[in-house]
Amino acid sequence: PSSVPPVHPCLRDSGARSVSVDLNNDASLLIDIPDALCERDKVKFTVHTKTTLSCFQKLDFSVPRQHEDFIWLHDTLVETEDYAGLIIPPAPPKPDFESPREKMHKLGEGEATMTKEEYSKMKQELEAEYLAVFKKTVQVHEVFLQRLSSHPILSKDRNFQIFLEYDQDLSVRRKNAKETFGSFFKNMVKSADEVIISGIKEVDDFFEQEKTFLLDYSSKIKDSTAKAEKMTRSHKNVADDYIHISATLSSLSVDDNTKVEGRVASDEELKLTELLRYYMRDIQAAKDLLYRRARALADYENSNKALDKARLKSKDMAQAEEHQQQCLQKFDKLSESGKRELTSFKGRRVVAFRKNLIEMAELEIKHAKNNMALLQGCIELLKSN
Amino acid sequence: MAAEMEPPPLGNAGETDFRELEDGEDLFVSTVTTLEYPEPSSPEPASLPAEDISINSNGPKQKDVSFDDDPEDLFAEATEEVSLDSPEREPILSDGPSPAITPVTPTTMLTPRMDLGARCRIEEDNNGDTFDIHIAVSDPEKVGDGMNAYMGYKVTTKTSMTIFNKNETTVRRRFSDFLGLHSKLASKYLHIGYIVPPAPEKSIVGMTKVKVGKEDLSSAEFVEKRRSALERYLMRTVKHPVLLKDPDVIMFLESSELPRAVSTQALSGAGILRMVNKAADAVNKMTIKMNESDAWFEEKHQQFENLDLQLRKLHASVESLVCHRKELSVNTASFAKSAAMLGNSEDHTALSRALSQLAEVEEKIDRLHQDQAYADFYLFSELLGDYVRLITAVKSVFDQRMKTWSKWQDTQLLLQKKRESEAKLQFANKPDKLQQAKDEIKELEGKVEQGEKDFELISKTIRKEVSRFEKERVKDFKAVIIKYLESLVQTQQQLIKYWEAFLPEAKAIA
Repeated sequence: PSSVPPVHPCLRDSGARSVSVDLNNDASLLIDIPDALCERDKVKFTVHTKTTLSCFQKLDFSVPRQHEDFIWLHDTLVETEDYAGLIIPPAPPKPDFESPREKMHKLGEGEATMTKEEYSKMKQELEAEYLAVFKKTVQVHEVFLQRLSSHPILSKDRNFQIFLEYDQDLSVRRKNAKETFGSFFKNMVKSADEVIISGIKEVDDFFEQEKTFLLDYSSKIKDSTAKAEKMTRSHKNVADDYIHISATLSSLSVDDNTKVEGRVASDEELKLTELLRYYMRDIQAAKDLLYRRARALADYENSNKALDKARLKSKDMAQAEEHQQQCLQKFDKLSESGKRELTSFKGRRVVAFRKNLIEMAELEIKHAKNNMALLQGCIELLKSN
Repeated sequence: MAAEMEPPPLGNAGETDFRELEDGEDLFVSTVTTLEYPEPSSPEPASLPAEDISINSNGPKQKDVSFDDDPEDLFAEATEEVSLDSPEREPILSDGPSPAITPVTPTTMLTPRMDLGARCRIEEDNNGDTFDIHIAVSDPEKVGDGMNAYMGYKVTTKTSMTIFNKNETTVRRRFSDFLGLHSKLASKYLHIGYIVPPAPEKSIVGMTKVKVGKEDLSSAEFVEKRRSALERYLMRTVKHPVLLKDPDVIMFLESSELPRAVSTQALSGAGILRMVNKAADAVNKMTIKMNESDAWFEEKHQQFENLDLQLRKLHASVESLVCHRKELSVNTASFAKSAAMLGNSEDHTALSRALSQLAEVEEKIDRLHQDQAYADFYLFSELLGDYVRLITAVKSVFDQRMKTWSKWQDTQLLLQKKRESEAKLQFANKPDKLQQAKDEIKELEGKVEQGEKDFELISKTIRKEVSRFEKERVKDFKAVIIKYLESLVQTQQQLIKYWEAFLPEAKAIA
């Protein structure tokens, strides 16, 4: 009674893409996830590519991919030195059906205490919730790929191309990759970045500003995301209560009180919370960039010190000089691309927020109007009886 | 058991007055009697209906009258019954569909006056007196200090009905006065089958807070909850056509001084007696196994059991709703603050402004949620609580009927035993003992007859009461639900306004 049946939903909902705008516009490489299958815990995505680029063997092809494959791709990109100056799009979070599954389980246990109608209404709600989670996860995986395909540098990455094209199971490759790279680098990033970023002496105004902004914004958006999640959860609770109440009322045959709050809760969830959640992760990716640059700067400073030492000792000077030059180059490259990335990131963010807030407001208005019409219809009915 | 048969304490108007207050059919059979034999209160002998009612039936022969389907005139069945049984009733019948309630023995309470028009017609009373009365309970004021302090309430009655002395009366009452009123009404009417609306519950915690002088939100809420409950209680009581005319009710509403109802205190002698009686009743209920031959009662009993369950369930759901909505309000407020801070942090000006606007919108929505929670509670939840208690009163009325039946059966058994012993005495040569036995038998026969009449009467009354209750319930619920839905509509309208104001801000992000 607690298992959710496999779902084959049709997911082409063009309005769903609200966290990132202007993706997938370049006809030379178009990616989408037209459908996905859910079995128990595993989701199988169908990644579909349409391209005119010569680096691919075919013009139009699809491959099945699992969530782990996306993570593999993300990790290899993060750990590629050449991309140190880029904001790597955040990895899609693992599909999480825990909440609706738990609720479904509880519902099954409580079935005896409810009327048939109440039970079927609750079940419907849960199925809708489940579908919403499903849609969300597909969307988030799709956006990840589309961010890559629309990035001038990342779209050319060989691993990315393998991901899109390789028609065998990627899990073999994944295992190898794990051994090569390890998670050393990742762990370092997670624990130390705040300290390192705020520690370096910034010479560049732009980066100084960005640093301040990103650190502050990051904590605020984390907070907002959490609060938005709490709010939509409360809203869902209220909606559930209304289901119970309307079921009991209709069994009292006073009149059927329409369930009005349910839809609002799940759509709100999809819009506002998702936006905040996505940008929370994106900001983290931007912070990662700052971290890498900070490390490069630290390396450069260290190489300077080493050069001074070498000059004093008159030993290994050529080596030290070359090293210093390399560090400087790396740092400059990171700064240059970093600046570009962060600027476009801001633009992207503003545009996405705008679209999302507009859509959310319009949806709220639409729902409120619907609810009003329903309620007024109800009132008319009651009054005329 | 004899104690239960005690006539209800009558008001100052006297026995006859009480009989007039009941509906027409009671003119044939006197239910209230201190004597052993039926005492006719009307010019005619009160024996006719008895002939028509067979001993073994549990209800009067009214198979073709369906009480539940009678939406218009609650007393219509009285008319039909009269016409079936007693042609001599014509003179009373000719007054129209309603049996004459105009007093045979005028009293000081009932001043005959022409009723002129209605202010708010809620229900037609058979008096020709339109039901037009409005009671408000207001101005709670703490009187006294410390543990002896109490809350006094102003009770204002506005009416055009003739049974009241004035069009508008204001008196001050305290909570125990309300309880005292209920107690009197219950002892008068419950055992003959009238559904007496229960008074609001005592609350030791709530009252202690008030007495101690705790001036905070929860004690203000408590006082308001109680004030509202007292008002609903009075309105429900006067909506009952019989209770409305009860002298105790009228005195409660009009009299400036009321004798203090001490027996309502929980730990008083009367309070303890009540508790003992309640326990005894509960035991009795378990032991009485009634032979229900009237399907209507069986069905209704079941219906009320179901209704009770459903209402309790609904009450629980609504309380959960109130709780969740309060939570939603808190979470919305906290999100609003967070969004404001995010807006401050945002360096893109237009986006920053939009986020601040969003925060404001959410703040307003939070206030909306709070108001909605208030409506949820006061409209819905309290009504449900009232009805859960009302259903208890209904169930106790059904129990009273069982008790009446049981008493009747017991008297019959006793009569049988006496007859048996009389038969034995016939052969033993004890003439004085035999005479005594014969006397006792005659007495018991009368009692049995009375018991049967009582049972029939209470069954009849309950049928009427239940029908009236159902009507009231549907009306009550409908009215509250409509009001509640309208409050929801208002909330939605406000939401639309807020979001429509926000939209241009969002669009302005460039």
